[in-house]
Amino acid sequence: MSTYVEARDVAAAVAAMADGARPVAGGTDLVVGARHGKAPLPESIVGIHRIPGLDGISVADGVVRIGALTSHAAILSSPELASATAGLLDASAIVGSHATRANGTLGGNVMNASPAMDTGAPLLCHDASVVLTGPGGTRRVGLAELWTGPGKTSASPDELMEAVELPLPPEGAGSAYVRLQYRRQMEIAVVGAAAYVEVSDGAVSAARVAITALTPVICRVPGSEEALVGRRLGSNDSVSGENPAVWTQTTEIGDAIHAAGQAAAAAATPISDVRASAGYRTAMAAVVTRRAVTAALTRATGGSVTVPASDWSER
Amino acid sequence: MSIDITLTVNGVSHPLAVDPHASLLHTVRDQVGLTGSKEGCDDSECGACMMLIDGRPVNACSYLAVQADGAEVTTVEGLADGNDLTPLQRAFLEKGGVQCGFCTPGMLISATALLRDHPRPTEDQIRIALSGNLCRCTGYDGIVAAVAAAAEQG
Repeated sequence: MSTYVEARDVAAAVAAMADGARPVAGGTDLVVGARHGKAPLPESIVGIHRIPGLDGISVADGVVRIGALTSHAAILSSPELASATAGLLDASAIVGSHATRANGTLGGNVMNASPAMDTGAPLLCHDASVVLTGPGGTRRVGLAELWTGPGKTSASPDELMEAVELPLPPEGAGSAYVRLQYRRQMEIAVVGAAAYVEVSDGAVSAARVAITALTPVICRVPGSEEALVGRRLGSNDSVSGENPAVWTQTTEIGDAIHAAGQAAAAAATPISDVRASAGYRTAMAAVVTRRAVTAALTRATGGSVTVPASDWSER
Repeated sequence: MSIDITLTVNGVSHPLAVDPHASLLHTVRDQVGLTGSKEGCDDSECGACMMLIDGRPVNACSYLAVQADGAEVTTVEGLADGNDLTPLQRAFLEKGGVQCGFCTPGMLISATALLRDHPRPTEDQIRIALSGNLCRCTGYDGIVAAVAAAAEQG
């Protein structure tokens, strides 16, 4: 016999989850998955979609906080996130359809732990953590420690994800997420990559790169990051953000971008499925990584990259 | 176990007892009796079931009715004022945006949400917004032209 309660606060949700209920917010994974035949609906469900304070975006004390119930549509219309975490907007802009984006939440996307989720790689590049609250209190867990396998997290079944938190990037930072897609909407990443870079004094001072749908868990690629850090942007490059072709030329930064792509392909251990073969995914890992790094560098140096960067890099 | 909810559909309140697993689509079609919204794929691919919940476009086949308790639901039946069609509905007729009609309720709801957020959409914005609504008859051009024409009329 199936049951449902609607939680009015975090404590009520946690209590229901401790009794075995599964949380539902937008329903775009849990309910759609059941309709799709992936897994039946849980017998016991707790609605968390109207818990006050679990949605919304704030920036304070150098921390960007995005509530678990924040929809992709809300992420897309946030001026704070547009400047601080453009790579996250690249991802939210291409999740499902506009109905998916109006109802699907960031919390659901992150906690479903799909290796193909669009928001995962940009959040990982932004060094994000999740805030988990259970019967024993609240703790923060980095995404690399949260995702333990396809569809699996280290959160206990009675812990509710309250928010994503990430450090407010400094001036001179830029991020981007690019996926390979057969169509622009209603699509799941064939492969994807995100990049976060900081540029100071004409060189890359920090770099983080993560890959999507290429490993059992979305993960950083240290080899790509090492290829980029310390590399100088030529004097022409730094003012040529409108012309990304320059990044692919044989320059110090062009060579570094190429090496970052090769490192991503070397780190890939993809599956073959209906969307692509493992070999194709591995080959394309280099391409999407180059595109993501190029878009992030362009943004970091003041150039314009429209959201979503996937469309920008295919133009 | 049934859950008592109040569903407000097109401004009318309906006290209902629903199964926790019942979809909003089946509840509105079978218990409220409004059959304009269609079941196509039943897993959020086709958009034929689309409704607005508090103004948000939702694939009602994949949304639990219990979650819509107390919310304002709008279906295609709620767009026109009696026989007085909205500019968008008239444009669908004038531009050949309707053939078999099965996708039309979802298309109208989806486009209504688009025009509320973007009163002057580009053709690309129209095509992006309607990409979750499948049509197997029109080839989409008449539908896109209808949305653009409705936007022109403001």
